[in-house]
Amino acid sequence: MGYDLNFTLIWRHFDKLWSGLILSLELAILSIGIGIVIGLILAVIYVSGGRIARALIAAYVELIRNVPLILLVYLVFYGIPTVFDFAYDNTTSFVMTLSVYAGAYLVEVFRAGLDAVPKGLIDAGKAIGLTPWQRLVHVRLPTMLRMTLPALSNTFVSLFKDTSVASVIAVPELTYGAQWINFNTFRIMEVYLVVTGLYLVTGYAILLGLRALERRYSIGR
Amino acid sequence: MSGKPTGATPLLRIKGVQKSFGSTHVLRGIDLDVARGEVVTIIGPSGGGKTTLLRCVNFLETYDRGSITIDGAEVGYRDGEARKRRTETDLARMRAETGMVFQLFNLFPHLTAAQNITLGLTRVRGLGRAEAGDKAMHWLKRVGLADKAGHLPSELSGGQQQRVGIARAVAMEPKILLLDEITSALDPELIGEVLDVVLSLAADGMTMLIVTHEIGFARDASHRIVFMAEGTVGAEAPPAEIFSPNQPNERLRSFLGRFSAAHRL
Repeated sequence: MGYDLNFTLIWRHFDKLWSGLILSLELAILSIGIGIVIGLILAVIYVSGGRIARALIAAYVELIRNVPLILLVYLVFYGIPTVFDFAYDNTTSFVMTLSVYAGAYLVEVFRAGLDAVPKGLIDAGKAIGLTPWQRLVHVRLPTMLRMTLPALSNTFVSLFKDTSVASVIAVPELTYGAQWINFNTFRIMEVYLVVTGLYLVTGYAILLGLRALERRYSIGR
Repeated sequence: MSGKPTGATPLLRIKGVQKSFGSTHVLRGIDLDVARGEVVTIIGPSGGGKTTLLRCVNFLETYDRGSITIDGAEVGYRDGEARKRRTETDLARMRAETGMVFQLFNLFPHLTAAQNITLGLTRVRGLGRAEAGDKAMHWLKRVGLADKAGHLPSELSGGQQQRVGIARAVAMEPKILLLDEITSALDPELIGEVLDVVLSLAADGMTMLIVTHEIGFARDASHRIVFMAEGTVGAEAPPAEIFSPNQPNERLRSFLGRFSAAHRL
């Protein structure tokens, strides 16, 4: 074991890691935001729509869940522009991919949540004369969101970690920054130790934030 | 129970209502009228169709045959013999005219006691925020929970939750109030506070159709008691007649006998 840890070169390039971390967070927030919209819309269509809509949504969910994210990233960034003859930048391409990926996982969370809203609450909404749309907006969705908070926390932290896959198409996020420092300084242990610490601290901070939300909003039954 | 119900034509008219769940014939042709201001209580063994009948009255359950009208309007269906199901908007509008209180309270868990009441007032009745808030407070005071307005259901006892449930229903000023075994899920010591609220509503002249296992309450609160078993009305009479030792209906006598053995009536 003749390896001496030396972090000097890492600190010299720390701005690369810091800007990478910020970009990772931005990628995660954007993709989760778009994913939530996709997930909510498709979950509502799933629980209230016909057979064909259900089958299409189920196919989308299964496709995404059974294909590795890295493959989807390649497919969207290299594949689609080749076939349709246009180009987009790597960051846009990755946000699109991760959003669609997040959407598939979130449809499942929201769909299960909508199914789990107690029937009695829907009856109570009917009994005071709410229309189906009002029941959805004022009873089912708010109840469902509070019930699914614990599952959402896990999904959000996973999606934050998944932003590291963007490094394979040279999006300058945290993992890409780490690779750059590694190639240019060869301090492999140091850089990955620091980056591991950054992912750990950020992921844990996200989890703590969401736990606080859970405590505030989760439904004690 | 004092105070005579008024009106020649009944407010609620149930005629020949039948309903099956699969091969189980739950309602086998029910006839029942409730006059304006009348309190009618349905008693009977579990599985006799009491709750199902109540849920048909505001169309939480569909019914297969017969007719239910409130103030002359057919519940759930339209076009007479054609029996077309009403549109959801139409159903919502009709349901707003019947209040319902549930066995398991069914308060909206993400809303405070006051918000549980104002939701229907603002979204269905179209009241402004302030007016709805005043009305919610009025009813919370009436059920003795003015100090709990800002509490979530999870912060209230069962009895308190049920009183909010009653306030939520009556604040909508329904033509008739349906009470579905509203004390069955409560600890014995909390039943009284809920039944007191119901008695005070009855004294105000609120029309009510009640399903309950509280036989003593049924006797004290009702103008009329209906005994339902196996999907039919077995007996229907004022409490004094129902509880008379000369009651001719054998099944009713044995049903009441089991109760008086357990509780002193």
